[in-house]
Amino acid sequence: MTMPGVAGWEPTAAQAIIDQLKSKPGALLPILHAIQDRFSYIPEEAVALIAPALKLTRAEVHGVISFYHHFRTHQPGRHVVEICRAEACQARGARALEAHAKSALGVDYHQTTTDRTVTLEPVYCLGNCACGPSVRVGDEIHAAVNAQRFDELVESLKTERVEVQ
Amino acid sequence: MTYRIHVPSDTTAKALGADRVARVVEALAQESGKDLEIRRNGTRGLYWLEPLIEVDTPEGRYGFGPVKEADLDSLFAAEFWKGDVEHPLALGLVEEIPYLKRQTRLTFARAGVTDPLSLEDYKAHDGYKGLENALALSPQAIVDAVKESGLRGRGGAAFPTGIKWQTVLNAPADQKYIVCNADEGDSGTFADRLVMECDPFMLIEGMTIAGLAVGATQGYIYLRSEYPLAQQNLNAAIETAYANNLLGDDIQGSGCRFDLEVRMGAGAYICGEETSLLESLEGKRGLVRAKPPLPAIVGLFGKPTVVNNVLSLAAVPFILDQGAKAYADCGMGRSRGTLPFQLAGNVKQGGLVELAFGPSLRELMFEFGGGTYNDRPLRAVQVGGPLGAYLPESQWDTPLDYEEFAKVGAVLGHGGVVMFDDTVDMGEQARFSMEFCVAESCGKCTPCRIGSTRGVEVIDRIRAGENVEANLELLSDLCATMVDGSLCAMGGMTPFPVQSAMKHFGEDFVKNASNAPALAEEV
Repeated sequence: MTMPGVAGWEPTAAQAIIDQLKSKPGALLPILHAIQDRFSYIPEEAVALIAPALKLTRAEVHGVISFYHHFRTHQPGRHVVEICRAEACQARGARALEAHAKSALGVDYHQTTTDRTVTLEPVYCLGNCACGPSVRVGDEIHAAVNAQRFDELVESLKTERVEVQ
Repeated sequence: MTYRIHVPSDTTAKALGADRVARVVEALAQESGKDLEIRRNGTRGLYWLEPLIEVDTPEGRYGFGPVKEADLDSLFAAEFWKGDVEHPLALGLVEEIPYLKRQTRLTFARAGVTDPLSLEDYKAHDGYKGLENALALSPQAIVDAVKESGLRGRGGAAFPTGIKWQTVLNAPADQKYIVCNADEGDSGTFADRLVMECDPFMLIEGMTIAGLAVGATQGYIYLRSEYPLAQQNLNAAIETAYANNLLGDDIQGSGCRFDLEVRMGAGAYICGEETSLLESLEGKRGLVRAKPPLPAIVGLFGKPTVVNNVLSLAAVPFILDQGAKAYADCGMGRSRGTLPFQLAGNVKQGGLVELAFGPSLRELMFEFGGGTYNDRPLRAVQVGGPLGAYLPESQWDTPLDYEEFAKVGAVLGHGGVVMFDDTVDMGEQARFSMEFCVAESCGKCTPCRIGSTRGVEVIDRIRAGENVEANLELLSDLCATMVDGSLCAMGGMTPFPVQSAMKHFGEDFVKNASNAPALAEEV
């Protein structure tokens, strides 16, 4: 599951995803994952397609989306940066790191920088607990992140060329 | 002559630069003209030494670490591929490193040794011998072996695995399921991730044996979305297992069927609770179910279901290969076998330490962990994840055993050990426990849903110096209500870290009265 680029809404692609997965037992989470992997979030339009395919109401689908922290209903920035807030990282300075990250980016958790480069999210444990503080960007985990390393990381995201899909 | 070099590939090694190191090794190998074969192993779990490069020699594997890209020129100059050479990063024979040598690696025998995705490697290191034996046994005989091993659920609850399997075996049904709980959400734990990233076939084999034992033909691994590499490796290994007739409708020509699929969680801690997990697998909100009925009777899609932690299932191939006695011979009291402990947080030598039950917590933290990484005095230790108690120094001599920990009001849980130095503010940690429960409660029962929010508020008042005595009493009362009145361990155990912090570190709740309001904003 790689972090998707910013992709426009394509109803036919979404319908194809739904049709491919809808007969699995307990298909809703696999469908929501596939939609978010493809479009980087779960647009309102997708809910309207998913609900009838699974014989659910739109409210039921919304209920599931809102239950899980991983699913989002708004387009994120080009990169989602997740900072681990859990105890093992706290013991190595994660509280100072999150304060620095918020002020350096000028955003709080669940917000996106004005240049739309970074969406900042909290995460509770990345399983890198012996070498924290840990930060996840896309599918990459970074260990022992202090303020300076965080700034370098953000700088590299800003200067990175956006791949055209 | 070909020299073989191993560069680790698990998440932590990668996070510490193992991929960059592997690329430079590759480039320098070409440049040097030497015949060097570079393989990616998993990890030994000696994280303070990662990236830990190993080289094969007739005497065993020699190690070098922690290796940074800048070290590679000098390593090549020293011709490190020969193994026993002079270099500041030379560690000697890897298996002689005391941290590793003193462990009892039953479940993690292959971790860091093999290429995680190589079935040949797996088989060459005793892989699939357990399944071979299981195929020759009756379902009851497999269940009996697991019972005799004394294996207890490694997810935290420590329920005897064999009894659970027996219940499912006895339940008549047209369809049964094996569900692997791989929602390893506890902070300070990474043993499940290590199994899945470094030795995925072991989990597949364990689940297949479980399927044969209880008559289940479908398995699901419910994996947290925070583990992308585990997802990748599991899917690749499952594909290989299907291609080699180790999964599917006629396993090794036995006529037995077992299908396996990885399903992704979506960032909800509560889905590590087994009934919440089942709801989630069914495509619903992860609301906890009331028990009874037990999942073993009415589980996934209403059918009898074995729900086991990764480590429980991963222990099964060893038991079926080496015998129940070989497993049960390790350990103490009613805690048989080994538990892979995970040293985390402020620790000098963090990593995976698989031990037979019995040594003290202090031994683990100092003789293996080496104390804190910044050399400050160690003050508090949280064992067993965010729902586990904080232990003060007076309790560090407690033996690592389920019952011994219960006696001091603590839990071993999944074996995560998170160490904090003397700068920790235990009032802040207690507040975080409640705050975490606010964020992660499924919302079904009131003590957990409302109690946690009230808990944050009352701790803030105490820390602000407001009516301290009365509020401390209120907090004690609230904790008791949550413990007694919650539907599952989320609300029922969130008070453990809070109560232990109040009891052993009470001074921290009142000392920070002046800066508490600033902490009151974010929930």
